[in-house]
Amino acid sequence: MGWGLVAPALLWTLAFFVLPFAAMIALSFAHMEGRDVVRGFDPGNYVRIFTDWTMLKALLNSLEITAIVTVISVLLAYPLAAIIAFRVPARWQRLALLLAVLPFWTSYVVRSYSWLLVLGQNGVVNKALLGLGLIAEPLEIASTRVATVIGFVHFFVMLLTLTIYANLIQLSPNYARAAADLGAGRWATFRHVILPLTLPGVMTGAFLTFVLCIGDYITPQILGGNNELTLPQLIMLQLGRSGNFPLASALSVVLMAVVTVAYFACSRWLRLDRV
Amino acid sequence: MARFHSVSLTALALLAGASPSFAQELNALVWCDHTDPALVEPFEEQFGVTVNLKEYEGTAAGLAILDQSQPGDWDVLVIDAVDVGRAVEAGHLAEIPADQLPTADFFPEVVMAENNVIDGKTYAVTEKFGYNTISYDKTKVDPADMQDMAALTSGKYDGRIGIYDYYLPVIGLVALGQGVNTADITAGNLSSLKDPLFKLRAASKQVSDVVSAQTALATGEVDIVVGGGEWLTAVLSAENPNLDWTIPKQGGLRWAQSIGVVAGSTQPDLALEFVKYIVSPEGQARLASSSCYWGMPANAKAGDSLSVEQKTVLRWSEQPEFLKRAQLYPIPDAALDTAMQDMWTEMLNQ
Repeated sequence: MGWGLVAPALLWTLAFFVLPFAAMIALSFAHMEGRDVVRGFDPGNYVRIFTDWTMLKALLNSLEITAIVTVISVLLAYPLAAIIAFRVPARWQRLALLLAVLPFWTSYVVRSYSWLLVLGQNGVVNKALLGLGLIAEPLEIASTRVATVIGFVHFFVMLLTLTIYANLIQLSPNYARAAADLGAGRWATFRHVILPLTLPGVMTGAFLTFVLCIGDYITPQILGGNNELTLPQLIMLQLGRSGNFPLASALSVVLMAVVTVAYFACSRWLRLDRV
Repeated sequence: MARFHSVSLTALALLAGASPSFAQELNALVWCDHTDPALVEPFEEQFGVTVNLKEYEGTAAGLAILDQSQPGDWDVLVIDAVDVGRAVEAGHLAEIPADQLPTADFFPEVVMAENNVIDGKTYAVTEKFGYNTISYDKTKVDPADMQDMAALTSGKYDGRIGIYDYYLPVIGLVALGQGVNTADITAGNLSSLKDPLFKLRAASKQVSDVVSAQTALATGEVDIVVGGGEWLTAVLSAENPNLDWTIPKQGGLRWAQSIGVVAGSTQPDLALEFVKYIVSPEGQARLASSSCYWGMPANAKAGDSLSVEQKTVLRWSEQPEFLKRAQLYPIPDAALDTAMQDMWTEMLNQ
């Protein structure tokens, strides 16, 4: 009876994850001869990924950008979620959350191109800074890593705010009261009570941010100006330009491996029932 | 002749409406210029069919889609003219009757029989062409400088250049700048192009796809786009007449796209009618001024259907001179193609 109930989910996972993933791993050990894919067991693609500086650099770029985005997003989303949970009256919290996630309603691609205009030399940011006399020359923001990070952070702060808010709102106010009774100040209460209790929500959101960010192709492609390649961009080059499916598969397996490592690093906090 | 053509099309349209032999949907694998409703709707209305269009970018992606499809899934293919041979070699294009195509009305240089005809059989027909060269904002750069590719790496325009993100035309342009014809690029001399390519990259602000390059030029993010041309600036010309393009003294590259019927199509007659519509003067005029990007029609008779303003933007009157000075894209074999792409990837990540 139990197996019967889980069978649809198992079959779904088998058909749409396990089998395609196995096929991708098998393809990653093939190689190209001219424009033809030759099946076999050739670890050459993996050797190339870890010995070719262009490929290694793409992996490092992805890790650096993802780490920066995740940290900044958490630092911005936590206070925002706390303000909504603890400072906004209960009857306005839904509206506050709605406003926080409003940018989600816009197409991801359109939002990225919009940022390109906002961050450009003649964009709103530069015009405002020039108008305020804070800078003499327009800043070079568009088509840089900074632009990529801004585009990512804008997106992921919304996601993290939701996960952290969901965690904060479950906290009984009695925890803070008990801490105050025992003589803890606001900072000590936050550090020793609130933060540990909300860590599962933070880590779940951070993990989701990491996974979505490291696998994203659109934002670095549009906002980064191709001034540095990330791993997904490299994969797209192999698929769309070279037709080198074995190398694209090997790069995708490496990407999956990185995500798996991140999962195990966060697994002790990843409890969905706490989100 | 035109009247006969029209009558025969109408008869075929009536036949299509009455006969179950024509399916109601035509599936075309195309570039984005074909997705303009103004181009496709007249054909759909005439034949009472729906044309399903799927965009793709890059020959490798298009061929991969065809490789993974069943025979009959696709009816029409638009492909880079220099890659028709690859599609034929892979068995993806069917022979089409050359005597039903108006190639006699084409600009002679773009008939491109050496690409579209293989072993005496016609597999595709050129539909549109243009140039990968230098686009610029003439109020922000000295137009005289744009006549010499050396100006791009002179230091004068550092940080004001965007590069179109397509390795074949840009490496081809760099080759022309070094005095190497595109047809003469080999695995042996490719390494000599690396240094000038990387110098160009160092002088540039970004490497962008079509939309980002257009946005950058239109918003003043960059003042020059290497690899641009009429296809980049024409759609912006109405809003920003300061955007211009030229072919420098070293030359430029000529791009061309071809259209053909996919092998295994279950409705080859209707697919052929679509091809014939696209290369007809009316279809050509609509394709030339498509909303995604403009380009010169292969059929010179399309000039009768284009406005004076449209022909001015396309530099219609200057085509004889441009065609003389432009070379075709490099046509690399698999090994050279891989080497060129590796060099491009390294350039992106330098």
